[in-house]
Amino acid sequence: MAETTTFSGNRALQIEEPLIFELGSAGRVGVDVADAPPVDEDRLSGLRRKAPIGLPDLSEPQVVRHYTRLSQKNYGIDTGFYPLGSCTMKHNPRLSEKMARLPGLVDLHPFQPQKTVQGALEVIDTLAHWLKGLTGMPAVAMSPAAGAHGEWCGLMAIRAYHDDHGENHRRRVLVPESAHGTNPASAAMCGYSVDPVPATDRGRVDVAALKAKLGPDVACIMVTNPNTCGLFEDEILEIAEATHAAGAFFYCDGANYNAIVGRVKVADLGVDAMHINLHKTFSTPHGGGGPGAGPTVLSEKLAPYAPLPFVVHDGDGLRMVEHPESSGGAKPFGRVKGYHGQFGVFIRALAYILSMGSDGLRQASSDAVLNANYLLARLGGTLTPSFEGPCMHEALFDDRFLKDSGVTTLDFAKALIDEGFHPMTMYFPLVVHGALLMEPTETESKETLDGYVEVVKALAAKAAAGGAADEFKAAPKYTPRRRLDETQAARSPVLRWKPGSNA
Amino acid sequence: MSIYFTKDHEWINVEGNVGTVGITDYAQHALGDVVFVEVPEAGRGLTKGGDAAVVESVKAASEVYSPVSGTVVEGNAALAEQPAMVNEDPEGAAWFFKVELSNPAELDELMDRAAYDAFVAGLE
Repeated sequence: MAETTTFSGNRALQIEEPLIFELGSAGRVGVDVADAPPVDEDRLSGLRRKAPIGLPDLSEPQVVRHYTRLSQKNYGIDTGFYPLGSCTMKHNPRLSEKMARLPGLVDLHPFQPQKTVQGALEVIDTLAHWLKGLTGMPAVAMSPAAGAHGEWCGLMAIRAYHDDHGENHRRRVLVPESAHGTNPASAAMCGYSVDPVPATDRGRVDVAALKAKLGPDVACIMVTNPNTCGLFEDEILEIAEATHAAGAFFYCDGANYNAIVGRVKVADLGVDAMHINLHKTFSTPHGGGGPGAGPTVLSEKLAPYAPLPFVVHDGDGLRMVEHPESSGGAKPFGRVKGYHGQFGVFIRALAYILSMGSDGLRQASSDAVLNANYLLARLGGTLTPSFEGPCMHEALFDDRFLKDSGVTTLDFAKALIDEGFHPMTMYFPLVVHGALLMEPTETESKETLDGYVEVVKALAAKAAAGGAADEFKAAPKYTPRRRLDETQAARSPVLRWKPGSNA
Repeated sequence: MSIYFTKDHEWINVEGNVGTVGITDYAQHALGDVVFVEVPEAGRGLTKGGDAAVVESVKAASEVYSPVSGTVVEGNAALAEQPAMVNEDPEGAAWFFKVELSNPAELDELMDRAAYDAFVAGLE
């Protein structure tokens, strides 16, 4: 429970809100409906419900207030600065939201005849055209539903290529230590074994170690660029060349593509496949598990194996190819998703791209990198940057600045909440100790960043002065709930309310 | 009976041809509160340096690598129920698995206690 000194348990207008089941009171209603006429019991063959199912009875204002109060406890990008590194919490333009709500798009049914949805196909096709243009890649699979799904799609295309070329002995995948956890997971899903590649003390892939691990059984490498330390892999061309020389493919994790849009054509880096997190790079409200979209661009070699469905230009308009026999000689490895991909996210991404234009996209990635370097420059003397030199779209620090203070990265993050800031990403990437990863994105103003910097500096000074460990460990003090017991929550999660279990 | 250590912070205690493997006190301390452990099933083949088990804390999920090649004799089922054991007794009751060594010469590439302690001191 929140520790409060009020009689009500509320903290000013932050109301202590019970579960909706705890609010119910038998017989209370929102809408007065006449009793249903009696039903012939025999028609249910003895399956008639014997007891109420336990839904709460509430009045309409109770329901409205309950959900409004819950929504007020939420913190999102529309509430304030959200510097979570590796998540790219950028502003979601209202224009994109408006486009995604156009009745002509929202009210479509995926089973409508194709000739009645030419506009929707054009949305998919135009977005695909932009993604191919920006990356310099010849093909794109639009249907993967999110980043990891795109990884899996790309790897399946690679696997299909190898199986088709009598190289089904290639079943090992090289993944750098700093990779997103989804990389080894996607590889394992495809039946590959995963071989980790160490990093150098510059925070980049150890090219010599990678070369030593390449061999005739390697299917591909998976490299994120910029990587999870927020650094550009500056030996990427050498990596790609060695990979191709070994007969393997180069899968690029495009999670951080937002740092290089309009500046780097990934095709020029020797990439064979890369997913694009539309929801990060081209804006869409995300977090809490979705929605996302992970279209995967493919090289010439892999393009024939792209999954169904895809849009083609026919004599009389656009056509969605749904079956292998009508795919014009392609060898699609299958289908990765029901229907046609995350259409709502496609609309937002296309609206974002068209409203920004190619110059705007280039400026967005440039500003994202500039903002991250501004944080790095202003905080570099107070916190401890993990690696030397400028960063890309996110700035990585470790916990050396907290040494001997008794304060941990976690305590520091919790104290930041009391100051009105969502914390940075903590303890990721794993390759540095007590990581603090900050991604301001291009949409934050200098004033916001300065406000954040002042608070971080003040907290760091307080920790460094000593004697403040207990105060840090008591944070957060001003939230609806104080510090939660994460260990207990993970070891013995209580996921379901049961009647009579009210605390 | 002799105990060896890896640079990835696993220990292996060898008796005859069977080694008992766990993670070191340094490793549990670095991980923080352990909330989930997955140990290998008996009969699974392991290669030196390859994935053998999974340990997850509130901060991170990590692989536990096998210090040697061989076949799993037994996984410590108690850890799944009580992952906290890893924090309480990492180099005792919270062993992860027992492995029958297929190539005992691999032990020569590991560190003894003194060498490991010096290795850890160098990480601080």
